[in-house]
Amino acid sequence: MDSELIAVSIDGKEVKVSPGTTVLEAARAVGIHIPTLCHHDDLCSEALYSQTSSTPHQGEHSHQHEESAMLSTPSSCRLCLVEVEGLPKLHASCALPIHNAMTVRTTSTAIRHARRDILELMMSEHYGDCFACARNGTCELQKLCADYGVTSERFGRPHEPLFEKAEAGNIIVRDQNKCILCRRCVRMCALYQGVYALTTEGRGDHSRIATFMGREMQDAACINCGQCINRCPTGALSERDDTEAVWHAIEDPDKLVVIQTAPAPRAAIGEAFGCEPGTPLTFQMNTALKRIGFDKVFDTNFSADLTIMEEGSELISRLYKALVLKDNSAALPQFTSCSPGWIKFIEHFYPQYLPNLSSAKSPQQMMGAVLKTYFAEKNGWDPSKIVSVSLMPCTAKKFEAGRPEMDSSGYRDVDYAITTREMARMFKQAGVDVPKLDKTDFDSPFGTPTGSGVIFGATGGVMEAALRTVLEIVTGEKVESMFDHADIKPVRGFDGVRMAEVKIEKVGPVPEILSHLVADFEWLKGATLRVGLAHGTVNAIRVMKDIEEGGPLSKCHFIEFMACPGGCLGGGGQPIPTDQDIRAARAKALYSEDAAYVVRKSHENEDVLRIYREFFKEGPCSHKSHELLHTHYKERV
Amino acid sequence: MDAQQTLRTEVEQLVRVHGRGRTALMPILQDLNRAHSYISEDAMLAVSDALNVPRAEVYGVATFYSYFSVKPRGTYVIRVCRTISCAKQPDYHPAIAALFDELGIGFGETTSDGIFSLEQTNCAGMCDQGPSMMVNEDVYIHLTEASVRTILNECRHAALAAKKAQ
Repeated sequence: MDSELIAVSIDGKEVKVSPGTTVLEAARAVGIHIPTLCHHDDLCSEALYSQTSSTPHQGEHSHQHEESAMLSTPSSCRLCLVEVEGLPKLHASCALPIHNAMTVRTTSTAIRHARRDILELMMSEHYGDCFACARNGTCELQKLCADYGVTSERFGRPHEPLFEKAEAGNIIVRDQNKCILCRRCVRMCALYQGVYALTTEGRGDHSRIATFMGREMQDAACINCGQCINRCPTGALSERDDTEAVWHAIEDPDKLVVIQTAPAPRAAIGEAFGCEPGTPLTFQMNTALKRIGFDKVFDTNFSADLTIMEEGSELISRLYKALVLKDNSAALPQFTSCSPGWIKFIEHFYPQYLPNLSSAKSPQQMMGAVLKTYFAEKNGWDPSKIVSVSLMPCTAKKFEAGRPEMDSSGYRDVDYAITTREMARMFKQAGVDVPKLDKTDFDSPFGTPTGSGVIFGATGGVMEAALRTVLEIVTGEKVESMFDHADIKPVRGFDGVRMAEVKIEKVGPVPEILSHLVADFEWLKGATLRVGLAHGTVNAIRVMKDIEEGGPLSKCHFIEFMACPGGCLGGGGQPIPTDQDIRAARAKALYSEDAAYVVRKSHENEDVLRIYREFFKEGPCSHKSHELLHTHYKERV
Repeated sequence: MDAQQTLRTEVEQLVRVHGRGRTALMPILQDLNRAHSYISEDAMLAVSDALNVPRAEVYGVATFYSYFSVKPRGTYVIRVCRTISCAKQPDYHPAIAALFDELGIGFGETTSDGIFSLEQTNCAGMCDQGPSMMVNEDVYIHLTEASVRTILNECRHAALAAKKAQ
């Protein structure tokens, strides 16, 4: 309704906005860039609403807690200052809502000088070497300092650290010396993740970002998702750097260094080399990995497919126990267990639902376990000499790799989990320009590219892969007869919580691989399989609440949870920046890869079928697979 | 009942007075701070659970206000006004010297018997009657070396009497 809009002039450009729009938002709408270090596209009100789009209501964003003060724009960096005609002084445009017609200037000598002064003051309390910082080149503060010609002549620079050195050893490494107190990390943790691990401690010039009781991150109720790192404008937050250890292993002639690469990094690593978001570099990256010295490059898609076989079989057994045997011990809905952030989240906040978690290990851990057993035996490699590295979009994978129970083969499943950002740094250190390389296939025996594995990287992907397999196994019909091109579109998309259902009209014979679990599928005939999905743990809270209240999600059979917004492609270990558009571009890359592959169903992956023939001979969810491919969870405070 | 359980019961009683909404956070923290001279980790956890406010946020609020403390303090928290009108009074320095002498501690410290903590504060609003200080929530004006010693002695006796009564 045009009449309700307010006309604003920004740098001479006319724009009509609805009342309450901030000057910053209005300026961006007409393509005028106002610098800011505390505003983030993911944290503007519009993005927050779409993150939980089915209920655009503030209270819903904030945990089981009532609406939180953390929701409001902190307007803490003060860089977005503008001049408004008729108003004295400069105003922070992010906190200036438009209610009357106004004339705004976003650039003038006064504004430029004020912004430079603010930056110089920030730098006067900023300790650390830019060139050695993990964020060198992607630091927003560094960029603005360059843009505004900041020097340390007037306010100086600290020559000694103002805070204790960064907390080495933690997976989420904080360096207060580089923190500008923008509070993006606090808000991300609260609003997207619902974790509330971070807060502002103290007041005024004593403020600092802290956890409860000022503990180190590893001792806080933190899920290691790394979303805070991905939003940090400076190097105050980064992940534990494991690259030196990996280089060391590569250079050790006695070690066989094997890397598995997850789907999400391949759709994003190009961003670190100047490519547009959504440029897939899967096979160029294989070349690069070989060039820097990895002995074998395997596709985590293999173990993603293996996960589907195990998790899907587990679902069928649970359904059988619950529906046919009326066994109450079979907890439903079954929850996915691939996302280590989600796992730690449920261990902290909903431990009473641990029995609902699939006991299947994540693809990363399954690959590790298989490498040091099946692969080592098959190739005559000494498992003690294998160094198993994984390339992940994820900081929580470092925690998962380090979980003490992940060594059922007698060896660590995964020795080092490194993020997309760390990998990009390794390539750069080796002078490898990934986008310019030729393509190389993955190594066998875990090299069959499958669509079902690759979409694991997007929210809904695990569910889609599981449905493709479960539906075909149960009905005996091609899934294409139910969904065009086997694209199960109802589970795709970016809505925070989604639900879908599929009616099982007919059932087929039980395939031999599952014959140890059920005798027939007659009991599923006419049943409706209901599934749910959530991404960003704040949405997981909505699902858990609904389940507790006996809502529609409690009637689901299987629910996919991804800790990060958008799923793994929006992971905390992915290139910076990450926002809604970039997540969408990465998703597009993954789905187009899926569409291009010949094998798009886990149970058709020849490598997976082979391992059940040769190694896990008793089939999915059997004794041996339980020993190596399944795990357990524990309550955390 | 262990200490944690006692605190939970105490918080539940405060919830009955102030309500369970997040607006009850401040009054409950104030009452806890008054009762214990500080807000302990267990107290914050109990408040977080009772009000459904994230523990980090409770901690953020508890550390924001200088009248709250998350570290143990003495039964009597003394805050000496350090603003210019008090500091210019001739009795200011003798009064402070008496505090240091009697307590044997400096600003920001707590006596080993756990009775006193000594802090500085900005203007207490007693500019015309300085030097001034606050002992918990009571204001003392026109301080002299002698009056400081008397006040401290009274507090000491009250603390010992309270201890005996327990």
